[in-house]
Amino acid sequence: MDHTLPTATPMLVSIANCRQSYPKEAASDVIILDDVNLELREGEIVGLLGRSGSGKSTLLRIVAGLLKPTAGDVRWRDKPITGPVRGVSMVFQSFALFPWLTVEENVALGLEAQGVAKTEREARAEDAIDLIGLGGYENAYPKEMSGGMRQRVGLARALVVHPDLLLMDEPFSALDVLTAETLRTDLIDLWSEGKLPVKSILMVTHNIEEAVLMCDRILVFSSNPGRVASELKVPFPHPRERLDPEFRQLVDDIYALMTRRPVEHRTPQQVTGPAAPPPPPTFQALPVVSTNLMAGLMETIEGEPYNGRADLPALASAFQMEADELLPIGEALQMLGFAEFEEGDIKLTDAGRRFVEADTDDRKAEFGAALRAHVPMISQIRQVLDERWNHRAPALRFRDELEDYMSPDYADDTMRTIVAWGRYAELFSYDREADQFALEEDEDEDG
Amino acid sequence: MTTSALPAFVSGRRVPNLWDAAAILCVLAGLVLVAHAASGTLAPLPAANTIHLGLSYLPYYALRTTLRMFVALIFSIIFTLIVAPLAAKSRRLGVILIPALDILQSVPILGFLSFTVLFFLNLFPGRVLGAELAAVFAIFTSQAWNMTFSFYQSLTTVPRDLDEASRSFGLSIWQRFWRLEVPFAMPGLVFNTMLSMSGGWFFVVASEAVTVGNTTFLLPGIGSYVSVALSHSDLPAVLYAIIAMLVVILIYDQLLFRPLVAWSAKFRFEMTSGGEAPDPWVLSVLRRTRLLQLLGELIGDIANRIGGLRMKLPMPVVTAKSQKPSRVVDGVWFTLVGIVVAFAFWHVAEFVAESVTLGSLAHVVLLGFYTLLRVAAAMIIVTAVWVPIGVWIGLRPRWARLIQPVTQFLAAFPANLLFPIVVIVLVRFALNPNIWLMPLMIVGTQWYVLFNVVAGASAFPGDLKEASANLGIKGLLWWRRVIIPGIFPYYVTGALTASGAAWNSSIVAEVASWGHTTLTASGLGSYIAQATNEGNSAHIVLGVFVMTAFVLTINRILWRPLHAFAVRRLTF
Repeated sequence: MDHTLPTATPMLVSIANCRQSYPKEAASDVIILDDVNLELREGEIVGLLGRSGSGKSTLLRIVAGLLKPTAGDVRWRDKPITGPVRGVSMVFQSFALFPWLTVEENVALGLEAQGVAKTEREARAEDAIDLIGLGGYENAYPKEMSGGMRQRVGLARALVVHPDLLLMDEPFSALDVLTAETLRTDLIDLWSEGKLPVKSILMVTHNIEEAVLMCDRILVFSSNPGRVASELKVPFPHPRERLDPEFRQLVDDIYALMTRRPVEHRTPQQVTGPAAPPPPPTFQALPVVSTNLMAGLMETIEGEPYNGRADLPALASAFQMEADELLPIGEALQMLGFAEFEEGDIKLTDAGRRFVEADTDDRKAEFGAALRAHVPMISQIRQVLDERWNHRAPALRFRDELEDYMSPDYADDTMRTIVAWGRYAELFSYDREADQFALEEDEDEDG
Repeated sequence: MTTSALPAFVSGRRVPNLWDAAAILCVLAGLVLVAHAASGTLAPLPAANTIHLGLSYLPYYALRTTLRMFVALIFSIIFTLIVAPLAAKSRRLGVILIPALDILQSVPILGFLSFTVLFFLNLFPGRVLGAELAAVFAIFTSQAWNMTFSFYQSLTTVPRDLDEASRSFGLSIWQRFWRLEVPFAMPGLVFNTMLSMSGGWFFVVASEAVTVGNTTFLLPGIGSYVSVALSHSDLPAVLYAIIAMLVVILIYDQLLFRPLVAWSAKFRFEMTSGGEAPDPWVLSVLRRTRLLQLLGELIGDIANRIGGLRMKLPMPVVTAKSQKPSRVVDGVWFTLVGIVVAFAFWHVAEFVAESVTLGSLAHVVLLGFYTLLRVAAAMIIVTAVWVPIGVWIGLRPRWARLIQPVTQFLAAFPANLLFPIVVIVLVRFALNPNIWLMPLMIVGTQWYVLFNVVAGASAFPGDLKEASANLGIKGLLWWRRVIIPGIFPYYVTGALTASGAAWNSSIVAEVASWGHTTLTASGLGSYIAQATNEGNSAHIVLGVFVMTAFVLTINRILWRPLHAFAVRRLTF
């Protein structure tokens, strides 16, 4: 079946200038979504693709009426959304099944809420259960089922009310690769055959191939704050073939899009060295990436068969990683000046090469120098420690400073990364009990 | 605290068996024996102390009360550290100790106060020491069983890999105990200790003024202060005592409870960090201050050295399971147990033959049903009031954070200090004590229900909240299908703690006095209280028997199955 879009099809969702910010006591709000526009019509599958923290799940919840945006115009069938919308069903990443209800009760719950009579409820639940391939499991409890079967229940529960729009929040990311693939193809088959009782699907994913496999249109989000960085049409008919060269090319292009440097950032940090008087530092959220992963990735890129430059999709499949897992490592390397992204590839810099060739102690020195040059918060912590007579400082003040620039969750993650990186580079030690940074006592290097 | 650990006595799912029967017999026989030994000396004794109602005496009394509490705590910890390993390591001991502990925690301690006072008075010639020990013993009995259970459970669930690691490194039994088992058990032990301590204030207050026959023993303390204030109808003094108690518990809560719970979190076995509450200020001060840190390090170092001693006992290389237990030793041991049980049976039988008639038993059981009715009614009221409020609070994190410490605090406050105020109201308005004394039983323990419901509602998963909003579930359907099943495991925990404590407090709650007025509600609690006043040991023992039986039965046929169901079906 062909789902190309004549513009005459009725509009389901329209979002204009949507903005969501995390309220903060300090002057600056932490912005999760910024100036997002989206139009969704009947008959299409639209993917919101982005890294974790790009606010795409937040946008999904705004469409569902579960969250109220801070600003912006959000409409469902041309009426403003004020609360949970009837006609919109949601499938959750964590399945969100009620563990005390059987499969049938879970599925029928939405109908019960709408006051549908018992016999009709049962009939419709039965239909949905059969449609999604759960026949025979009616009396099972979610706990007795595997993840894949649970998500089928989640789908049946969403479909039973015959929604106009099906929202899916990373529906397959909690499943193993094989189960996820089966479920995707089953869903796409039902969609292509016109058997799904829905008019449109809006799904959130961080899996590039999944987006290309399923969606007619993909909105690529940039992170922090979440913005729609670009929009792509996927012109291939269903069923799609992952190994098709055009498919591969589109995946490659999206990798390139997602690793493209935003131009306005970075520039102040490229200027390093003690001479330049530092401007008031702007702290960035750091991803939770272990030094082991970074070292491992650099070694792989430097080694055969990549020899210093690797294709990201190839790396991802070699590591069995999704873009969402691979990209943060690469970005951390890029931030520290060890590697650079280029057109969907990642290549090592000279510093990166030096790191790979060094022994353990030299690696630590190399890493420490990169941290102090490129991570303002780490150099600030070290500076404070050097200046204090007892070489100790509570971590709380640094965390508070971070929170002026990011949400508390990100500040926590960033803090954890700072601790892990600083420990590896032996720039400072951290006492979790006291929540204090301190200089290593047998430190021979001066400040 | 957002996590709600279960009190140790609920989380163990034991199926009743023959050993329970043996344990019941032994505990009963023990009670009979103590009653017997004590009843010989049930002659009037001069009161040991006079209690001054002056305000200036209160701080001293508060200090004495607190000291008593901590002495009992130390004994409880020692008992726990010895008995739980014995029960866990020795199959032979475990098989009898565990059911015995289970029974013991259902025995209403207050009913036995008069015996223990006399028992300890006989044991020690100095009267004050005897009465002090009796009070300490009463608190001990309210703490030790629960703590021992918790420790026992941790000991039997030490993760296999850690067990294997400690074996392969050749740790001695002593080292293994301090390096692995105690740290692993710490969070549960601390939580249960705190739970017991909270309950303990109730007993310390009740055990400071014990009347046996015509004599009232008064130990310097807040409890006896209140009791004297009651008999003098001195309302301001009662209020002072309440305020003093509030201050004591506030200090205890801030200086001990919170730091300890936060500290014990570091022994949690899960490796995940994050999502933790900020450290209580006391712990932060302890950790930040250099001098205190050094002191702490010194203590830690000494503890470390003691724990690190080899103590000459290398662990057996083979696990106990691969060895066949010696049949001979088994035979001797179980014969011994059999003899003890037979002896216990004989004693109980003798007692029953001597002093229990079918009529009196039927009467006491009937009184038991009156009290049961009161407990049930109180629980229904508490549920109807606190479940909706608790859900409302729990779904609002900001409120929950404010309310939870308050409920913990209120749960620790000994409700018996508030009784006089209720009694004054009852006397003033001439209300029927059979009905209106009922709230007293629950006034202190209702907080367990609120606390647990709030914890349950705040732990309710966010995705399920979103799912129910997305499905448009509202009103009655939401309560029925969504939130009540969601909080039920927590509710059961709270309700079972509350109802168990309600039985115990019925002994002080069904009889209340103000000056020369005494209000009595007919029930098992007042039966025991009156028997205590009259020094009628046969009646006391009978009353305690029947109450224990009621508590055990209700636990077995109501709470345990409910809890098992909740865990099986309603957890996430």
